[in-house]
Amino acid sequence: MADGRSAGADLTLTGVTKRFGGFAAVDDLDLEVASGQFFALLGPSGCGKTTTLRMVAGLEEPTAGTITIGGDDIGRLKPYKRPVNTVFQNYALFPHLNIFENVAFGLRRRGVKDVKSQVDDMLELVELGGYAKRRPAQLSGGQQQRVALARALINRPQVLLLDEPLGALDLKLRRQMQIELKRIQTEVGITFIHVTHDQEEAMTMADTVAVMNKGVIEQMGAPADLYDNPATTFVSNFLGQSNLVKASILDTHGDALVVDVQGTRIAAPVARARRTDGQVWVGVRPEKVFLGAAGVEEGSYDDNVLPSGTVTDVSFIGVSTQYLVKMPWGQELTVFEQNTGAREQFRVGDKVDLHWVAAHTFLLDADQDAHAGDETYAALSGAPTA
Amino acid sequence: MSRVGRWVSEHVVMVIALLVLCYMFLPIFFVVLMSFNAPTSRLNYEFQAFTWDNWLNPCAPAGMCESVVKSIEIGFLATVFATILGTLVAFALVRHRFRGRAGTSLLIFLPMATPEVVMGSSLLALFTTAGLAGTLGFWSILVAHIMFCLSFVVVTVKARLAGLDSRFEQAAMDLYANEWQTFWRVTFPLVFPGILAAALLAFSLSFDDFIVTNFNHGNTITFPMFVWGANQRGIPPQVNVIGTVMFAIALLLVLSGGVLQRRRER
Ligand SMILES: Nc1ncnc2c1ncn2[C@@H]1O[C@H](COP(=O)(O)OP(=O)(O)OP(=O)(O)O)[C@@H](O)[C@H]1O
Ligand SMILES: [Mg+2]
Repeated sequence: MADGRSAGADLTLTGVTKRFGGFAAVDDLDLEVASGQFFALLGPSGCGKTTTLRMVAGLEEPTAGTITIGGDDIGRLKPYKRPVNTVFQNYALFPHLNIFENVAFGLRRRGVKDVKSQVDDMLELVELGGYAKRRPAQLSGGQQQRVALARALINRPQVLLLDEPLGALDLKLRRQMQIELKRIQTEVGITFIHVTHDQEEAMTMADTVAVMNKGVIEQMGAPADLYDNPATTFVSNFLGQSNLVKASILDTHGDALVVDVQGTRIAAPVARARRTDGQVWVGVRPEKVFLGAAGVEEGSYDDNVLPSGTVTDVSFIGVSTQYLVKMPWGQELTVFEQNTGAREQFRVGDKVDLHWVAAHTFLLDADQDAHAGDETYAALSGAPTA
Repeated sequence: MSRVGRWVSEHVVMVIALLVLCYMFLPIFFVVLMSFNAPTSRLNYEFQAFTWDNWLNPCAPAGMCESVVKSIEIGFLATVFATILGTLVAFALVRHRFRGRAGTSLLIFLPMATPEVVMGSSLLALFTTAGLAGTLGFWSILVAHIMFCLSFVVVTVKARLAGLDSRFEQAAMDLYANEWQTFWRVTFPLVFPGILAAALLAFSLSFDDFIVTNFNHGNTITFPMFVWGANQRGIPPQVNVIGTVMFAIALLLVLSGGVLQRRRER
């Protein structure tokens, strides 16, 4: 653990399971994070994110599976023997020590020299230079969060675990800290595992995002891939919003599938189809859709069109307008139109057609719950999330 | 409404608070006052004339200062033993899962709940049955004091420990502190205020104790025993000097604790 302290290392989890009694908080999890990556673990509350981090840190013993860092199996090492540091969900700053001693804690335990200069530099980095003599209780939430970050980061671990470190901050400070974190990570090159349930945060910061649900990883990949090509209904709803419409696949034409959506034929790329026959959910993101007056030609000839909708709700939210459109089969679909000023505005009761570029269509397995991961739906219907 | 009436209704909470404070401090004021009394008879129940004599010759009454020293010795030893044992018990009860844990937690309360008179007399019966009747004295008092202080220490430390978030210790472990370092660098400092409070409580319980001591003291005279004995003849005013000094020390401790706390927080 002494060597390679300055750079990150690969982290792999293989078949990692954690049971509390009979309940599997983490279920046969496989994960591979390359050295120096900013990796985000995203998922709803209670899906096992913290438990996963705690197993990597050594604060929880896996029921099964192996954890390696830089190729070494660390699964049975004591927490203080692992080249890992944690920024805890609730910071856990030592209340009896001042800020300087909090940050110096790890260095002192390892018997490092020039503690003073290192701590001063680190406090400077998180812009808390003048706060060394204060106690944690005398700092604001955002400042405490930065101390927690400094306290972990100063040890230059091979892997830094961050458990919703920005959860307590207001939106502005949060954005500021996101940029800061990203900058620090790029500078020091440490492998970051960043847990969050803020999807925007995950997508803006991470190289790789893993979406976790009920103890398993649903999908893992670059943010844009996950967003444009979700593998499950859960991912499609949890990461942004999606319109999912019941449909059945009719035919294949080269690299496109022909799909029957409630009597209308549309096309979808095979590359974005999770099923190539039978019943599917046709998915399209609300901002990919544009509205046209019913029966009027719009866009390109090979766009997908779902005709004969009725606008049931219009909400103006500055940069865009959100429409709810009731389709002939009774389902309400969501459309976000950018307020460019160039496009026609519709009112409640207007008859409209929905258009979108066929390449933006994705197809999901119809056996999955269309509302999985849809937090607004869960909140409105009182159903449990996930 | 009269102006006085309005003033009273506006300050009613403060007035009540002042009355309660008077109620609490009037007896203490009398302790201090009587330490300056020059009683004309053996009875020190009425303030007759002011004098410094009692303060200049605190050890004048035969045996009094010896009894104070004895009480301090016993109080100190009882505090040390009860605090160490009680802290260990508290840690075991809060931090470890073992069979009989819930039962032990409950039994710890028993000595606190038992009437002291019954406890004292039964303890004498126990010592006598064990054939120790002839050796009663310093050690029997000490053993008895440790016994009844123990529950208070356990309960006090346990409360502090139960309120301690285990995440601080986990954070320490995450930051390369082994079990030993984690205990001395994080756990102990955080629980220390509870241990200190328990120790002070134990000392004051022991120093004060009359009932249990009365049954088991043999020929050893502690300060409460001295005052009780003196009461038959008339309590010397020097007893009030001791009372005032104890009060002043306690006050000083509390005040310096407060100052220290404030300085740390700055
Ligand atoms: N010590 C424990 N004993 C029993 N169950 C536990 C324990 N720790 C966690 N769990 C359960 O495991 C599941 C996952 O918990 P975890 O803390 O990992 O969730 P999370 O994804 O971090 O959630 P959040 O976003 O709310 O922090 C939860 O259902 C939780 O109740
Ligand atoms: Mg969590």
